[in-house]
Amino acid sequence: MNPTPLLEAHNVRKHFPGVQALDGVSLHVNAGEALAVVGENGAGKSTLMKIMAGIHRPDAGELRLDGQPLHLTGASDALRRGLVLIHQELNLAENLSVTANLFLGREEVRGGVLGWLDNRRMKAEAGGLLSRIGLDVRPDQRVSELPPGQRQMVEIARALAGNARLIIMDEPTSSLTQRETDRLYEVIDDLKRQGVAVVYISHRLDEVRRVADRVEVLRDGRNAGALSRDEISRDAMIRLMVGRDLKQLYPRRHAIRADAPVRLEVRNVTFVGGPTAPVSFKVRAGEIVGLAGLVGAGRTELAEALFGLRRLTGGEVRIEGRPVTIRSPVSAIAAGLLLAPEDRRRHGLVLTDSVQGNFALPNFDQLTTAGLLGWVVFSREKQLARDLTNRLHVRASSTRQIVGQLSGGNQQKVVLGKWLARKPRVVIFDEPTRGVDVGARSEIYALMDELAAAGVAVVMISSDLEEILGMSDRVLVLHEGRLTGELPRSALSQEAVMHLATGGAPTESSAAESPRPSGEQA
Amino acid sequence: MSRVLGVLVMVLALYGVLMCLDDNARSLGNQQTIAGRLGFYGVLTVGAGILIISGGIDLSIGSVVGLGAVCFALLLQAGVHPALAAIAVLMGSMLIGLCHGLLVTKLQLQPFLVTLCGLFIYRGVARWLSPTSVGLTVRGASQSFEDQVEAFRTLLVGNGLGVPHHLLILLVVALILGLFLHGTRHGRYLYAIGANEEAARYAGIPVHNYQILAYVICSTLAGLGAILFILESRTANATSAGSWLELYAITGAVLGGCSLRGGEGTVAGMVLGAAVLPLLRQLCNFGGVSSDIEYAVIGLALLLGTIADELLKRRSLRRG
Repeated sequence: MNPTPLLEAHNVRKHFPGVQALDGVSLHVNAGEALAVVGENGAGKSTLMKIMAGIHRPDAGELRLDGQPLHLTGASDALRRGLVLIHQELNLAENLSVTANLFLGREEVRGGVLGWLDNRRMKAEAGGLLSRIGLDVRPDQRVSELPPGQRQMVEIARALAGNARLIIMDEPTSSLTQRETDRLYEVIDDLKRQGVAVVYISHRLDEVRRVADRVEVLRDGRNAGALSRDEISRDAMIRLMVGRDLKQLYPRRHAIRADAPVRLEVRNVTFVGGPTAPVSFKVRAGEIVGLAGLVGAGRTELAEALFGLRRLTGGEVRIEGRPVTIRSPVSAIAAGLLLAPEDRRRHGLVLTDSVQGNFALPNFDQLTTAGLLGWVVFSREKQLARDLTNRLHVRASSTRQIVGQLSGGNQQKVVLGKWLARKPRVVIFDEPTRGVDVGARSEIYALMDELAAAGVAVVMISSDLEEILGMSDRVLVLHEGRLTGELPRSALSQEAVMHLATGGAPTESSAAESPRPSGEQA
Repeated sequence: MSRVLGVLVMVLALYGVLMCLDDNARSLGNQQTIAGRLGFYGVLTVGAGILIISGGIDLSIGSVVGLGAVCFALLLQAGVHPALAAIAVLMGSMLIGLCHGLLVTKLQLQPFLVTLCGLFIYRGVARWLSPTSVGLTVRGASQSFEDQVEAFRTLLVGNGLGVPHHLLILLVVALILGLFLHGTRHGRYLYAIGANEEAARYAGIPVHNYQILAYVICSTLAGLGAILFILESRTANATSAGSWLELYAITGAVLGGCSLRGGEGTVAGMVLGAAVLPLLRQLCNFGGVSSDIEYAVIGLALLLGTIADELLKRRSLRRG
């Protein structure tokens, strides 16, 4: 190292109940540099970042700031020294103004002991900070009125208000639109020019390629390797992350037959909170249909309506040709239509319950004795959890482990896995790999492929274009609630999907607007 | 499970100290008093606890006890057979629970507010029904009716075999609800709903039905408590009968391991938790603590217990 690194971690170890989260990790970051830290979930990234931000204390090893040993006593100590962590889940007081958030905990005051808030000064300084990162909001606007992307920027501005020397960003783009993401890149470039060090954590490897000057790869709590600017490539990162070559991220064992029966038919459906234009489409048995569109295009709402969480105001849903009335998830599940929701922590899991409890929750009809009371047969419950854990390769210390302690990828496997005991007819996956690492991702894709091969109709909502292109047999594109087009696999391209997603008219390569039987091109 | 052990140790310690304190405390009569108190509080605590597990709360328990006790006595005055009167009170309280459940689920009102309103309403109705005290003795009643009432009283709150019957009632209630909660799918749904209502809905559980069920269980057990109360004390004053009991029940449930955030707790813990308050009161009495400051002592003791529990929890988390 030629210059003294701004911050160094040397041989850091950290043990948590049941896991050695960090097993001797070292890294350094220089002023004015963007370091990307990548690794699968559970590799120890978050733990390391929390140690650097004073939230956790290392069991062994040491940190050095400007070459001097550093013993952080807590998060506020780290903040005082200019080490700021911006969490994945933002930490803003949403009911307060942008200014109040920027100065939360270090308000400007005057008038001595009384400490009157110096609102005018704070507002002026807030204006300066916001323009420094090019965020166009009024300083007195309430944070709750801002879209997620702008909130992220407010967090960054807050870090700058505290004279940050190192900003750690944990999955900063997970809720951002492409425009906001581009803006974030520019802000990071600016920060670097101002001598601020940036540590960037992301699952999106193309982002890493765009942002990072250097990549540090972690695996199982150890350093797996480092890549310099010109060595950074997707393949190199994946190889280091999973310790093996990922030959086929997107498996395709299932084959669509043109004569496969239609499993799900949505006819002129309208629903509460949805668009006025009715939605129609069909999905055949054994087909994976991607549902693409920008965030806010109404894909999740459509899925909720089909799953009985939003009341239908018109139209008809048919499963295997028979019209079904779906009033609630209870009837959707009874009809064989299942949903793996987008927000797994809120909708998909009981985080405080065990792996076993979560697997069992929708399946008690199979785990209990007949009759009104339904005594739980514990051996069956245990067996189900064991089977699903093995089948999905859920990495947990036991089926009794609390789900909230698992990594994102393993949590997602539990969300999906609980439906596997049910012999589904239609499964809707809403953003199945958000916040999921590469290894678990390939396993989730394999699972979808397996379901399709078994004749299930699969609908996959995703904002990840690569995933849409890689997995779908056919893609439906939504724009502001309307189906703007349909693309067969042969006509799939990033450009074609984006064209439709941004409201462009169907081009010649995309199929006609009216839905038609799928699988013709296969 | 460690939580249940913790309460068990606390209850045994309190009991041990109490027994060493005073000869009178050791007397059979006093043992029966303690057991009877436990039975009475326990029934209310188990109801409150199951509701808390499902993510609800009921502040009207004490008022339901008061109203139920008054109604039971008034029915006797009207010459209704005590068993029928008891059934009527149980049905009435079941109806109250149903109303709470419907208001919370279908109108999406906050449980705290719904049952707070209940607290006022049922107390008010009780006082309106019976401005003065009302009791088991019916003026001008035939000897056979008096015998029926006495027999019913002995059946529910007597001391056959030397054990107060309310304690036996609690044990039966706890056994049934314990099996229901820990052994059937319905119980598991209540836990899931309390821990994450949305996830339970997405898993295809008819969330509203189960929430209503929890309110019905809680209020019905309050009705059972009302019957035990009036039989035990023989008279009920509409102004004071049962007041504070909701707080005792909630305290017992929380001491027994229920989290007010929902999704946590066991029936065994609730029963043990229900024993803490009566034991503390006895300790105050026999320990010579002035009755004026009794509440403050109890409150402080509970606070200390809560702090100790929290510290222990953190320590075990750190150790894994």
